[in-house]
Amino acid sequence: MTAIADLLLPLNPGVALILAGLAATALPAAAGRVAILAIPPVLLAYLFGAELGAHAPVEFLDWRLELFRLDALSRIFGTIFLIAAFLGNLYAIGDDAGRLQRGAAQVYAGSALAAVFAGDLITLFVFFELAAVASVFLIWARGTARAQAAGMRYLIVQVAAGVVLLAGVLIHVSATGSIAFDRLGLDAPGGSLILVAFGIKCAFPFLHNWLQDAYPEATVSGTVILSAFTTKLAIYALARSYAGTEMLIWVGAAMTAFPIFYAVIENDLRRVLAYSLNNQLGFMVVGVGLGTELALNGTASHAFCHILYKALLFMSMGAVLLRAGTCNGSDLGGLYKTMPWTAGFCIVGAASISAFPLFSGFVSKSMIVTAAANEGYWGVWLVLLFASAGVFHHSGIKIPYFAFFAHDSGKRPGEAPPAMLAAMAITAFLCVGIGVYPAPLYALLPFPVDYHPYTTYHVVNQLQLLMFSALAFTVLMLTRVYPPELRSTNLDTDWFYRRAARDLALAAWRAIDAAYGAATRALVDIARFVIADTRRGFGPLGPFGRAIRVGNGVAWIAAMLLAALLAAYAGG
Amino acid sequence: MTGPDRRPPGEKPRWLDDPANVRKVVIALCAICLALFVADAFYEKHPHYEAESWFGFYAIYGFVVCVGLVLAAKLMRVFLMRGEDYYDRDR
Repeated sequence: MTAIADLLLPLNPGVALILAGLAATALPAAAGRVAILAIPPVLLAYLFGAELGAHAPVEFLDWRLELFRLDALSRIFGTIFLIAAFLGNLYAIGDDAGRLQRGAAQVYAGSALAAVFAGDLITLFVFFELAAVASVFLIWARGTARAQAAGMRYLIVQVAAGVVLLAGVLIHVSATGSIAFDRLGLDAPGGSLILVAFGIKCAFPFLHNWLQDAYPEATVSGTVILSAFTTKLAIYALARSYAGTEMLIWVGAAMTAFPIFYAVIENDLRRVLAYSLNNQLGFMVVGVGLGTELALNGTASHAFCHILYKALLFMSMGAVLLRAGTCNGSDLGGLYKTMPWTAGFCIVGAASISAFPLFSGFVSKSMIVTAAANEGYWGVWLVLLFASAGVFHHSGIKIPYFAFFAHDSGKRPGEAPPAMLAAMAITAFLCVGIGVYPAPLYALLPFPVDYHPYTTYHVVNQLQLLMFSALAFTVLMLTRVYPPELRSTNLDTDWFYRRAARDLALAAWRAIDAAYGAATRALVDIARFVIADTRRGFGPLGPFGRAIRVGNGVAWIAAMLLAALLAAYAGG
Repeated sequence: MTGPDRRPPGEKPRWLDDPANVRKVVIALCAICLALFVADAFYEKHPHYEAESWFGFYAIYGFVVCVGLVLAAKLMRVFLMRGEDYYDRDR
């Protein structure tokens, strides 16, 4: 394997995924689907065949691009991206995803993977943007007017982030002469711009709403694939270049807290998951901000686990959307009767995101929470505990409860297609496997691990937090205090550009229209007046234009001659 | 628990369709919570902060913040909730 890896070393696995994926997409549908399933495992073998520290410099113009940099940090993100690509492709078979969607998914996943292995800022920029452009097709493929509009908004935000990134990179390169994609920090030239660009892609508070806006509008399998890459690539980029930036601790803490309020009242269950995705990213951002070895290990491992359980939750809700035709909590309920497997897998995902002992979230999230406590950020620690309890509340309980239990909606949708069930089964197995036996995951982490999640106090404390959160849900349900699921739209920051900016633009347009109308009317009035006046003087009846008969003319001339004669006599 | 039950007539009821069984689930949850609360007396704590060594801190904190979360979210609806077609209108 190593020999093969040596031969192929300059090849970034992401580029391989793009090229092979596109080639497989060109095959007939059945063969193509099998082929794209085979690509990620092969690349995974290639990745583990190559040695850490491997790199592939390429001279391009005056720059030395690092097209492939393999170290512990890029390897763990690359590994989970390849696993996610495989699972997404498997799931998409059940969704009957068309050729366009299949091709877009390969380019998107491949670009994200290539960006992870990029060793310089130019390569990073190129693949980050390629990922943005490819991913929008997963939204547009839904084919609805809403998806069309949401996709366009998504693309504008992503490209705007790309422009900011490019500006930051240009400033950085012109000031330092270095294109290396390494630690930058806020003090580096262009550092704040690059942070803003990563912040948009990572859905920082107030820069976040493209995520909740667009992801739930994508296709059934599109949302599953989207949920894995863009935001976690941004987390990777932050961990690479902004580790230990204290501001990120506060940004991350805010990110863990505010989305869960929205998640409680949101009706579209895939949008609830998008809010909770945002909340989970907050934990990772806190880890990056703390910047200690434990915290960065926590960020990397949490990203790994998060991609799996979030994909699993989106898969289960996608199956519900496919079979029941809706994903609104207000229209669902009682689906466990006919979709028992999907319900079971959904509960595994819910237990994992809630960080129940023996599920994946437990062994990763706690590293970040412990790191926050170790560093003495007690306020942040309290917020993280609140967010941990809250995530169980809205993702752990709300999602399975309103979809599969609650009242009987009378809907009897069939079980998810076999390919979807297979994808969910593998993902669920990984979620439980990591939770029960975290050693292989810990071995992949960027720093040596000296952390033991399964201590008595940790297990008991976590169970207390979660079970009393469940008790709160039950009490609020039984007392009917819990807000019912309602068909509604909740205003978020997208209001500013979807409503305020639009209304402002409309008002401006109307004002311009009115002013233009008034001005043209005034000009028309002036023209009318001039025409009418001219007509009065020179028209057929006007004094200057009146037609005169010949006899009258002779009389006028005789009169004038007489007047001239009299004047001559008088003068003489 | 929310909304009317629309089980098609004649379909065999499941175990959870019986309100008595739902009550059993709730009672089991309460029993688990009680056991976890009492468990605080039986293990060695490793607190980072003093609050963690208070009896039942995690349990009480978890309960209180979740109730607060729901009440706050409910209040948010007053200001933030609009019709489902809010953004689709006036196109």
